[in-house]
Amino acid sequence: MTIEELEQIAKNVKQENEKYDYEINVCMDLACASQGADKLKDALVKAAETGARKVLVRRTGCMGPCSHGPLVRVDPEDRLYRRVNASHAEAILKSLGSAPVPELQSNLHEHFDKQVRVVLENAGYIDPEKIDDYIARDGYKALLTVLTEMTPNGVVHRITESGLRGRGGGGYPTGLKWGTVAKAAGNLKYVVCNGDEGDPGAFMDRSVMEGDPHRVIEGMAIAAYAVGASKGFIYVRAEYPVAVSRLTTALREARRHGLLGNNICNTPFNFDVEIRLGAGAFVCGEETALIASIEGRRGTPKPRPPYPASSGLWGKPTLINNVETYANIAPIVRNGGKWFFNMGSERSKGTKVFALTGKIANTGLVEVPMGIKLREIIEEIGGGVPDGHTFKAVQTGGPSGGCIPADMLDVGVSYDALLKMGSIMGSGGMIVMDDTSCMVNVARFFIEFCMTESCGKCIPCRAGTAQMFTLLSRICDGTGTMDDLALLEDLCSTVKEASLCGLGQTAPNPVLSTLKYFRNEYIEHIVNKRCRAGVCNMQAAESDIQSEVVA
Amino acid sequence: MPVIAPPPLPSDDKRWKIVNGTMRKNGFARHALIEALHTVQSSFGYLDDDSIRFVALSLHVPLSQAYGVATFYHYFTLKPPGKHTLTVCAGTACYIKGADKLIAAAEKRLCIKQGQTTPDGQVSLMVARCVGACSRAPVALCDGEVAGEFTEKQMLEQLERWKAE
Repeated sequence: MTIEELEQIAKNVKQENEKYDYEINVCMDLACASQGADKLKDALVKAAETGARKVLVRRTGCMGPCSHGPLVRVDPEDRLYRRVNASHAEAILKSLGSAPVPELQSNLHEHFDKQVRVVLENAGYIDPEKIDDYIARDGYKALLTVLTEMTPNGVVHRITESGLRGRGGGGYPTGLKWGTVAKAAGNLKYVVCNGDEGDPGAFMDRSVMEGDPHRVIEGMAIAAYAVGASKGFIYVRAEYPVAVSRLTTALREARRHGLLGNNICNTPFNFDVEIRLGAGAFVCGEETALIASIEGRRGTPKPRPPYPASSGLWGKPTLINNVETYANIAPIVRNGGKWFFNMGSERSKGTKVFALTGKIANTGLVEVPMGIKLREIIEEIGGGVPDGHTFKAVQTGGPSGGCIPADMLDVGVSYDALLKMGSIMGSGGMIVMDDTSCMVNVARFFIEFCMTESCGKCIPCRAGTAQMFTLLSRICDGTGTMDDLALLEDLCSTVKEASLCGLGQTAPNPVLSTLKYFRNEYIEHIVNKRCRAGVCNMQAAESDIQSEVVA
Repeated sequence: MPVIAPPPLPSDDKRWKIVNGTMRKNGFARHALIEALHTVQSSFGYLDDDSIRFVALSLHVPLSQAYGVATFYHYFTLKPPGKHTLTVCAGTACYIKGADKLIAAAEKRLCIKQGQTTPDGQVSLMVARCVGACSRAPVALCDGEVAGEFTEKQMLEQLERWKAE
């Protein structure tokens, strides 16, 4: 495959698409599929066959505002229809070229206007199983440019210049990591894509892998060229069967087009990717545990150093980045590091994809420039809290993050600002809670999660989270004392300071942040035996359900 | 290095050939352990002692390591599943939208705890750690089929249908 051949494919696809008068794009991501998008697409295809106009019906990845799904977008008119079902197919076909179908019209301008789409630029525009669709939107151009015009050092320099930081949560500068692996000694190196999105309440990586799998593969191939690797692994959760099948198809197509394999683009560069399935262990999102899992062992972390950049998979230098990080690479190479650097806030560059869920009107995927205020995300893009309830907190960073209260919503989103507020950026889950959520119960939920997901290797995490769960359970069922609260705070710092890996070190965050901002709720539970949200069942204090946990 | 002959297939069951195929594709390398166990589970529905032993011997992995891996990862199950499986997602978004109430109602209706199967082998009740359909929470999987904005009424009706079979 050469650049000329790539351009020819893009040209052919465009010519092919020009034969059609209209394009009807149907979102078939998990959320829309669960509401009958499959039947809808079949009905549209059938209606399009009998109609007079030439219409292309295309399956696409996630369009964003999932709570309005199933979604359909008609191009070139750029009409977005919401809550569409199979019975609307005829009406949509009839409306082409005239007024839109009134009952399906959406008013989501505010939702889209504040978003900037880099990672999600193709979401809703391409069929994820067709490599040609991706190529027609400048896909693989960055890879071939890199291979023919840039040195590996030049690529690392461009990524460093962009200011991109790891999107998996830690925010380590990507260029710096690439540079370290590139400089590491040895001929055999690996690149790994961390698609083990274990954070409950987050699904950005799933949407990217399912909706635009080639973008991830292209990013990995560029990374491999930059660091001198010839073998890659994508580690995906087994809970995401669609992502696995889309990636498998994408890899096969990329190999068939000569974009993976030996002598890519007639250069000496060889690269191929294998998929590895996770098996439901949150700790495998931690890089050393992930390595153990790829090697076919129990996913227990190891102390660092040595970092995977010097000794990773089978002891070889290994580059591990998150799905979203790789998804940012191709646009950075195409548009230049400066372009990316100019987006975002002072120390957090570019955009971030968030999975906006919970008690909010417009749930779904949003991509916003770094530095945007939380209030803008929640009230303008998210449409605020529905059903007359009031906003209480937004949880970011999953089990490693914290809850941010209403009076801090005017802070701009960045790695440092979130850390300062006692939360973390995390992979991008953003769960909105209203007055019907009890913050003590939320803390207990996350600690229960960390307790069951603790791998058991180090004692602070294994025993600490279990004891924290017992204390929080006591507070929730009304039998807690103020001494329990003091003990809980003490345990938080022990677990945080003494745990081996990120899971344990950040496990107390949900407790610490709720204690910081919602301490009065804890005190109400203990002193007044009252849960203001009505979630905790205080009668349990007298019953025999005692949740003692022995570590 | 002496070549150790691979163990014979445990039975004539054609599914063992699928398992063997996965291991062969990975060159019977030790690191294919998790992949091989995935294939066993997708073919047989669960992992039993015979299958773990067969995979371990084929890949030259100590039995302890194979059993350790099979029990470490939540996705693997050592018990045969029921005819139907209801999996309620208990991710954060689903929890905020009341998944715990769904689980409690299902436990009460089926008279079993989460992770168990009804004595007649008809229904298994599972809890997932997030299936990634958070925007339509609460979510459940009825025999693998995703159902968004799942209500208690819908769930109980589904359980009745399965029970009646």
